[in-house]
Amino acid sequence: MELKPNDKLNIRELLKDLDKYRPKRRGWTWREKEKDLKMGHFTYQDCAKPLEQSVPLPSAKYFGDIDPQPDSVITTEIASGRFEDDIRRMRMAAWHGADHLMVIRTAGQSHFDGLIEGTPQGIGGIPITRKQVRAQRKALDLIEEEVGRPLNYHSYISGVAGPEISVMFAEEGVNGAHQDPQYNVLYRNINMVRSYVDAAEAKKIMVWADIAQIDGAHNANATAREAWKVMPELLVQHAINSIFSVKVGMKKENICLSTVPPTAPPAPCMKLDLPYAVALRDLFRDYKMRAQMNTKYIESSTREATVTHVLNLMISRLTRADIQSTITPDEGRNVPWHIYNMEAVDTAKQAFVGMDDLMSMVQLKEDGYLHERSREIKERAVLFMEEVLETGGYFQAVEEGFFVDSGYYPERNGDGISRKIDGGIGAGNIFERDKDYLAPVTAHYGYNNLEQYDPAAKENPSTLIGGCTLEDPDKIIYIDELDETDNVHVRLEEQKDLMDTSKLKPEMEWRGDGIVMLNMFIPASRRVAEYAAIEFAKKMNLKEVEVIHKEVMQTAEGTRVELKGRVDFTVDINDLVIPPEPEIMSDDQIRESIEAQPLKIVAGTVGEDEHSVGLREIIDIKHGGIEKYGIECEYLGTSVSIEKLVDAAIELNANAILASTIISHDEIHYKNMKKLHEICVEKGVRDRLILVAGGTQVTPELAVKQGIDAGFGRGTKGVHVATFLVNRREEMAHEN
Amino acid sequence: MKRTDDFQTRREHLTHLSDEALEQRFWDLAEKLVDPMLDLAHHNTTPSIERSVLLRMGFSSLEAKAIVEGVMDRGLMGKGAGHVVYKLAKMRKAAIRETGLKLAAGEGWDEAVALFKEAR
Repeated sequence: MELKPNDKLNIRELLKDLDKYRPKRRGWTWREKEKDLKMGHFTYQDCAKPLEQSVPLPSAKYFGDIDPQPDSVITTEIASGRFEDDIRRMRMAAWHGADHLMVIRTAGQSHFDGLIEGTPQGIGGIPITRKQVRAQRKALDLIEEEVGRPLNYHSYISGVAGPEISVMFAEEGVNGAHQDPQYNVLYRNINMVRSYVDAAEAKKIMVWADIAQIDGAHNANATAREAWKVMPELLVQHAINSIFSVKVGMKKENICLSTVPPTAPPAPCMKLDLPYAVALRDLFRDYKMRAQMNTKYIESSTREATVTHVLNLMISRLTRADIQSTITPDEGRNVPWHIYNMEAVDTAKQAFVGMDDLMSMVQLKEDGYLHERSREIKERAVLFMEEVLETGGYFQAVEEGFFVDSGYYPERNGDGISRKIDGGIGAGNIFERDKDYLAPVTAHYGYNNLEQYDPAAKENPSTLIGGCTLEDPDKIIYIDELDETDNVHVRLEEQKDLMDTSKLKPEMEWRGDGIVMLNMFIPASRRVAEYAAIEFAKKMNLKEVEVIHKEVMQTAEGTRVELKGRVDFTVDINDLVIPPEPEIMSDDQIRESIEAQPLKIVAGTVGEDEHSVGLREIIDIKHGGIEKYGIECEYLGTSVSIEKLVDAAIELNANAILASTIISHDEIHYKNMKKLHEICVEKGVRDRLILVAGGTQVTPELAVKQGIDAGFGRGTKGVHVATFLVNRREEMAHEN
Repeated sequence: MKRTDDFQTRREHLTHLSDEALEQRFWDLAEKLVDPMLDLAHHNTTPSIERSVLLRMGFSSLEAKAIVEGVMDRGLMGKGAGHVVYKLAKMRKAAIRETGLKLAAGEGWDEAVALFKEAR
């Protein structure tokens, strides 16, 4: 199976022969940093090897379509509940620049005692099963060939089945995983002793598979009432999981700290977050930083979320982020949609590339507030650990509610999370190993009496059984489906009218969901606007209408409302009337024609309109404009009257008029086009002048309806206009 | 527990430490915190660990679950679930997978229990 850029990824094909599929490789991959990377007109210092195929930022077209990739790995979290739809989203995200595809688990999997099998649909994530993992890894193996960069696949090794999940991940070529027993203890109420015993085994397997680990400390930010006050504890949580992992055998460069700038505007976030970021990177200089975004204060405004993210990205650039996570800006209002994964990845790429080489120009102060504050956080963390030890150790401290207390330690508010040493899920399920305990497998942690059978097996325990699944993947027992009604084949069958057919339906999460978003300004107060907006959407025939965001513009003057709804019909591609793409002649062809017969134009921005950039781009030789073909251009400037433009064309004996019409208020751009045509008719020159108008709001078909020869909209380049002028001149020669 | 911020009095013994010494202290304390947990992990096992061993020995998740339940019911967790399958297979000169599947189906447990009793 091979992917072609213009063909959709065939999910049915992908699912074939999964039982025999083996991952291409194992282990985590960092980006290949390239010093002095030259792209277009620029040289980059903090960028990585470019992609072979990608979707660049929207404005890249002004810079020769370059798509520089920052040196940090960029994460996107994908979690629609249907892994088959997530695969398509992963491909889109990889094209935008994500190389860490993180899969969120379905609600409740932490408490599932064992592995889940098959492909059931999930809630807020997917049930992580062998089949789903294998299908997604297989898809990513194909997609990474397409984009030309290794893709890291990631999910969670937590809950009561950590060691089993870890084995399955190692077998299936998963590259990264969250693993932090503190997460089980504090947020999932899984017994703490069980969590640490399991964690050692799970981590040991991760070490074998070279899986990068991300810890769970960021959850304290999200849980604490006043997140900026848990900073000392965050350092302690990172330290506990990091050093525990090192002692199990994990290398420090595979241990990534999940760190979140603790606060967000309107708090003075840089002042609070930067000293914390500095303290963390000082103490953990040998470890990797996975910079997560602050989500605690994100409401339903995607704009606000994006600005917070950019501020977080700035902290990453000012300090260090080996993995840059992105949270979709719609997280505060729905389960993330396709488009917002792309937005978040683009936000990270855009901000990082924009801040390229920043640190060669600025420096963080090593004295004053920044140092004092970061030292203070470190001291508070040391005091925290001292008291934990005095109390009788970690387990005792958890019982006494030390963790996720909203006080700024040593201040305590008495609202920490408290768990019992002998309580929680899985309590009492811990068994002491006897003297003859044995586990004849690779990557097993702790006491293992191999000598009783073969002292030589100490080095390689699985020799006792002729190798385990880690050495011999053919020993893996693959389960396909367990549920006849809840599986991918049933879901695909339901969607068959939309797969490989000419039928189209819009979607946000799942194929065929029909969800669309509407943006409205309603000139009414908040509540009135909300209910009015719903009524408008219903009258537009949308089903299941729901307001997803509202923002007051002024209490009485009006409210911005964003809604979602569902369309329950399809559009057939065969019924569409799609105008052909504009024809482009080669530069040589155009030059040849102009050389044989010179062409002169007059140009200006018409009406009361001071915009000049667009027209200059069309004309100027330095922007690749029509001058470069030898077309003689007389530029009259901005706010030119139409009469003046026509008079100049007559006086200079020009072949064409190029009118720029940017302002579109009250359809003034189309009115001006009509006027241009009419004046030329009046003056008797219409049949010898080519009339062309352009602007960002110009629709070519509507422009022609005003009587002119051609209209050019957004994205037009000199070559389009020159091609048209040459062709039209030819046509006119035949007409006359 | 509620307590006001007494940082200034508590920190007295840290004020004289250099940044490097403070950092060293941070890591020394972290190690002291986790050592008992590592020790626990070294000497104990859990159903999930034992199921993960069986997965590696070539059993499916469903088979592993059934075997570990059998092992727990018979008080053999301290031996290791993989060990139970291994020792029985060795004794019977049978394949690991075949032996484990029988245990998963509820067969051969008396023999397995007896094997480990002899050892005691």
